[in-house]
Order: sequence, then structure tokens, then C-alpha cells
Amino acid sequence: MSAHSHVEGQLPHEPEKATLEGRNKVLGFWLFLGGETVLFGTLFSAFLALRNQVLDGPPAHELFQLPLVALATALLLTSSLTSVFAVHALHTNRVKALINWLIITVILGAGFLALEIYEFWHYVHEGHGFTTSAFSSSFYTLVGFHGAHVAFGITWITLIIIQLARKGLTVVTAPKVYVAGMYWHFIDVVWVFIFTVVYLMGKVV
Amino acid sequence: MDWLTTVDHKKIGILYMIAGGFFFLVGGLEAILIRVQLWKPLNNFVSADTYNELLTMHGTTMIFLAAMPLLFALMNAVIPLQIGARDVAFPFVNSLGFWTFLFGGILLNVSWFTGGAPDAGWTSYAPLAGTTYNGDHGVDYYVLGLQIAGIGTLIGGINFLVTIINMRAPGMTFMRMPMFTWAAFITSALILFAFPALAVGLAALMFDRLFDANFFDPSGGGNAVLWEHIFWIFGHPEVYILILPAFGVISEVISTFSRKRLFGYSSMVFATILIGFLGFMVWAHHMFTVGLGPVANALFSIATMLIAVPTGIKIFNWLFTMWGGSIKFTTANLFAVGFIPTFVMGGVTGVMLAAAPADFQYHDSYFVVAHFHYVIVGGLVLGIFSGLHYWWPKMFGRMLNETLGKLTFWTFFIGFHLTFFIQHFLGLLGMPRRIWTYLDGLGFNEMNMISTVGAFLMGFGTIFFLLNVVITAFKPQNAPADPWEDGRTLEWTIPSPPPEYNFAQTPLVRGYDAYWKEKTDGHKGMTPAEPIGPIHMPSPSILPFFMGFGLFIAGLGFMYAKDWGNLFGSFKSGYALGIVGLLILFGCMFLRSVIDDHGFHIEEEEILRDMGGKA
Repeated sequence: MSAHSHVEGQLPHEPEKATLEGRNKVLGFWLFLGGETVLFGTLFSAFLALRNQVLDGPPAHELFQLPLVALATALLLTSSLTSVFAVHALHTNRVKALINWLIITVILGAGFLALEIYEFWHYVHEGHGFTTSAFSSSFYTLVGFHGAHVAFGITWITLIIIQLARKGLTVVTAPKVYVAGMYWHFIDVVWVFIFTVVYLMGKVV
Repeated sequence: MDWLTTVDHKKIGILYMIAGGFFFLVGGLEAILIRVQLWKPLNNFVSADTYNELLTMHGTTMIFLAAMPLLFALMNAVIPLQIGARDVAFPFVNSLGFWTFLFGGILLNVSWFTGGAPDAGWTSYAPLAGTTYNGDHGVDYYVLGLQIAGIGTLIGGINFLVTIINMRAPGMTFMRMPMFTWAAFITSALILFAFPALAVGLAALMFDRLFDANFFDPSGGGNAVLWEHIFWIFGHPEVYILILPAFGVISEVISTFSRKRLFGYSSMVFATILIGFLGFMVWAHHMFTVGLGPVANALFSIATMLIAVPTGIKIFNWLFTMWGGSIKFTTANLFAVGFIPTFVMGGVTGVMLAAAPADFQYHDSYFVVAHFHYVIVGGLVLGIFSGLHYWWPKMFGRMLNETLGKLTFWTFFIGFHLTFFIQHFLGLLGMPRRIWTYLDGLGFNEMNMISTVGAFLMGFGTIFFLLNVVITAFKPQNAPADPWEDGRTLEWTIPSPPPEYNFAQTPLVRGYDAYWKEKTDGHKGMTPAEPIGPIHMPSPSILPFFMGFGLFIAGLGFMYAKDWGNLFGSFKSGYALGIVGLLILFGCMFLRSVIDDHGFHIEEEEILRDMGGKA
């Protein structure tokens, strides 16, 4: 515990865990992520079972453009780093820096999402529609679920930024920031698996 | 109105009980109609299509809308009291869980009135559940109703986990937790890891049906066996999600009415954890005849039989708890004691079915029907009845009538064995399950008639219970804090029914069976762990009700998107309704996140007044 955390009137060290509500939230969110792991695990299993069923549609190795995906990956992984900076700002009680890092995180996430939407649009024009084959259905479901998570995260963090701007950093807002950070990391980890299992393995003929 | 906005775990428990009880009656009625259809050969009481609907809805309703909510009722009513907490960790989420379950259940049952209930069986196997064989909306109701109800179960499970981990009273270590709380804890963990798999399965089936995806349709490259894997990786743990809380109830009731400490407490805890773990490892034993090959079948066969070991530990521990105890045969205890041999019989046929070669013979016969009803009715429903009779005084402050209670037990218990024992032999003789009628002269006639008589007896048993509830409701409150006089756990230290804040002062726990320990040490009650002071409570909220309602509207809209006419050119009005539903949902989520809920305080004077009134 750092020395300056006991000063009167200041936020406690680790304000997200200062109240029982906060501790409940953080623990509950860890458990929720456990459930999300099963959710994505099942989606990955379905994709792995169906990924070679391409019928008349283009197969993965002809379809995927790795440079584009690599750029999207870079954006998302960087946003994970900036969310770490945000949580660090939370722990050192710098509201201004916290808000700024969150804004950067949201922008990077939106960039990722834009690239993904372009990617999907491009694939549909290549003849890889949602209903083309079992491969395409499971691809769009898995990657789309992840994309929906990113979109939800962007909206959520934006709302938190507004709350921070209006109410400042308190024992009520701190757990929200912390939990949103956990969520964002989780999305990143899932993407690392998608990058490997969907795109890299898809390139292996 | 008070009931629509409540976030109090005790009231939510009662809501779960009413809703679950209602669906139990609906599912029971469906079962009776099934049995009436089968009471004689070549009967034409219902059509084959209606029979398929009854069969599907009976299974789905009983598992998802009756059994689980009734368990959630007991868990909500009891868990915070047993661990010395003032509420669950997330009271708002608790209320949300109830309303999503209820609206999901209503959506599922709306199908009866809109031209056809789901009829692909409660497992909804592909490709039978696909649009090729199921062109009407029946299975859409199944998919969306269960998806919405499943959200409620999942957040309920997370809520209990956090409550039990974070909110135990001082001194209540994990190895001092009552067995029912332990069972609820493991059950919640199973819910957390099983329900997301179901959510994905249902979503994939929904995509197949509504948006022409190809997950399970072989002509699009899909795989029908994939559905079975996804369904049973959820569905097998689901069996243990149902039975473990019943085990917990039995442990509490037998120990209380034997006036003895639960024999082998730590082995009970270990067995519960082991059953929960193994429950995930054995899903493919539902698929022995699919053609997974001898290696997979052998592995899943052995893993399944392993579950008999921890279950046996539990059975023997209950017997040893009764051994030498001074047993009181209250209604609650009758149900608990009746549970033990019944569940053992279900377990034995379970081992028979776990032998893969033998399963090829039993598969899809009435033997299987008999087996799982022995486990789920003979295990779970007896456990729920036991728990309801045991905790009724605590929940409502009124004692149930013991004479009527015993009548309930004997009619239900005898009716149960009459219905299902004979079905083992029907199955061995070759009567298939899921068939709406049978020919004369196959030797099935008498046994089916006996089975139908038994089903009516179970119905009478349920009616006696309802009668008991109604009569009790008109009596004045008469239950003391510790109505069985041998209460062992914390819930019996506070008034019946408990005040809104449960504990005026959080108790200090000094051992397993906290209250019993104080009693045997010669103390009158618990030692408080804190001084009397104002208690902070969360405010009630109508938002969960509307969030459930929004999901209901959205489900209904998207289901009919293909059928309904257009709005503004080519925009389907079904999608419009669906989006309105989602907007209600997200609007409520937005309101919840921007409005700070500071709750309110119950002041010291009021608490002291309550305590004075009690003495």
C-alpha cells in the first residue's frame, strides 16, 4: 500500500474494492467472464467443427487478407494497453488522465470495429455471405459475437466517461471503470484466439 | 405493485415459488393428458401432433420453468439467512433474473395460443427442429423463450456465487457452511459454466431457423450431431444443477429431524464438488447410439459410472446420520426419508444405462423414461416438497397442517412409484418412448393403465398440498422463530417470517451448525458480531420488470419478422416490434446506469421496536 493513500479526504487505495458493493461487482464480473469463456469456447468448437464445410463459397485461405486483420489486431491490442494506463490512472487518482486514456481506448476500439465492418462487407462481395455455407455461418457468428462485444464495450466505456466527467472518481464510479477494464482485456484475449484459430489456421491449406 | 418492484430476496423467493408452482401445475396437467392418451391401446384422446406438443412442453416446462424456479425459490428464501447476510450481493439483478425467467416462460407458453407449441422434444434435436421438418413457429418459441429464461438463470447463479463468497457472517468459514448453501454454491457454479453453452446452441438454432444459417443443416454443410454435443454439454450438468440443491435440502432435513450432526460433513462437501465436476465430463453418455465409436463410448461410460461413488458417499452419510438419531417423522422428513430409496433406484438404473452396450438395448425405450423420472421426480420433486414443508414456517410465519401434509406425501409417493416403477418393465418389453399410441396385444395394456392411475394419484397429492397452502393462508401467523425446536442453522435464530433486514445484528459464527452449537453450549441465541445501528437497504425498482417485458416483446417481434407485413416500404413490422422491445431493454439499462441508487436506511429505533415486539 502506497504511503499517500491514507491522507484524509482522498480516495482509498484501490477504490474499486473499498466498499462491499465494489468487491461484489469485481468478483461477480470475474465470474461473468468465466461464463463468457464458456460462451466463446462453444462458439470456437462449433467453428472448428464446421470450418472446412465451405460448399461453393470461397475457402478461408483465398478469402482472408492477413495485412488487414493484422492492422485490426494491432489496434485492439494497443487499446488493451491504453486501458491498462487508464486503470493505472485510477489507482493514482488522476481523473483527467483516466478520462483521456479511456477516450483513446474507445477510439482504438472504434477503429477496430470499422475495419471489421469493412472486412465483412468485402467478404460478402467475394461471395462469402452468412447463409453461403456452414463455414460462413459459423465464421460470422463467432467473429460477429466478438464484434458485438466490442461495440457493446465502446458504448459502455463511453457512458462511463460521461459519468466520470460529471461525478468524478468515487467509490461508486471506480468499480465501474475497473470492471470495464477487465471486460476490455477479455475481449482482447478472445481476439488473440480468433486471430490464431480463425485467421492463421485458415491460411494453412 | 410492491411485488413488481421488490428487490428483497425473501419476496423474490416467494415470487419464484408462485411462478414455478404455477408452471409445475401446467407441466403436471400436460403429463396427465399424456397419461390419459396412453391409458389404453389405439386411443385417440389427443392427435399425434398435439401429443408431440404435450410431450415437448411437459419436458421443457418441468425442467426450465418448474424445477429450476422452485429451487431458486428455496435458494432465495434461505441462502442469505443461512450465511447470516442481509440480502444477496446484487438485489437488483436478483429481481431482473426473476422477471426474465417469468417472461421467457410466458413467451414459451404463448405458443399454445398462436397456432402450435414446440413439438421437437425437449432436446430439440436437429434436423427435426430445423425448418425442413418444423416449418411453423413452435420451435421458435422454444428457442427464444428458453434463451430469455436462461439469462435469468445465469445471472441468478452469478448472484448466489458472489453472495456466498463475499457475504458470509464473521466466523462462517467455507467448512462451516450448511450443506444446503454448499449445494447451492456448486449448483450456481454449474449454472455459470453450463448455461452459456446452451445460449450458444439456442442462438445457432435460432440463426438456422430465422436467418437461414447452416449450423445443423447437412445440406448447407452443417452437422446435426454438433447440436447434440452442444445441447448435452449443457444438458448433462443441468441434471446436477437440479439434483444437488435437492441433496442439500435432504441433508438439512434429515440432520434436523434426527437431532444429530450430519454424518461425514466434510466428505459430503467433497462428494458434492466431485459430482459437480464429473457432471461436466459425461455428456456424451446421452449419445452412445450416435456412432461416436467404441473408444469414446468406453471413456464416457466409465466416467459416468464414477459418479456413483460420490453419490454413494452421500447416501450412506444420510443413513448414518439417521442411525441412532431420535427421528421425528414430520412431513418434511417423510419426504426426505422417502427420497433416499427412490433416488437409489434411479441411480441403479443410471449405472445400467451407463453401460454403453446395454444402452443400445434401453435406448429410446420407456426404461429411460422410468430412469430419469426416478431421478428427477423421485429425487428433485420429493426434495422440493421436503424443502417447502421444512421452510414454509420460516417463509410465511405459518405452520402447514401436518395431517394434510402426510396425506400429500403418501398419495404422491405411492402414485409416483405406481406411475414409474412399472415403466421399467414396459421399456424392457420394448415400448418406445415419444410414441403417441401403441397396438393392442403387445402386452403393454395393463401396465400403461396402472401407470396412468399412478399419475392421477400424484395429481391428488399435489391437490392436497395446494389445499394445505390455502387453508394455512387463512390461519393467523403462528410459527415461532425455531418452529421445529431442533433448528441447527442461522435461519432459525431470527423471527418467522424474518424482518426485511434479516438480522438486526450480524451473528458471530463459532462452529458448524452455528445455532445448534450455541444451544448445546447452553446459550439462548447467537452472539452478535456488531452493535445495533441503522441498516442500509437497496431501493425497490420497476426496471427489472420492464427489462423482462422488453425481451418478451423483442422475442415475439423477431419470431414473426418473416410473416408480418411491411412497414415503410420494405421494412418488416416484425423487426420494428423487435427493435421496440430491445429499445425498452436498453433504455432501462441506460436509466439504471445513470441514476444513482443510494438506497435507504432502516433506523435504529425501528429495529429496536421490532426486537421488542418479538420478545
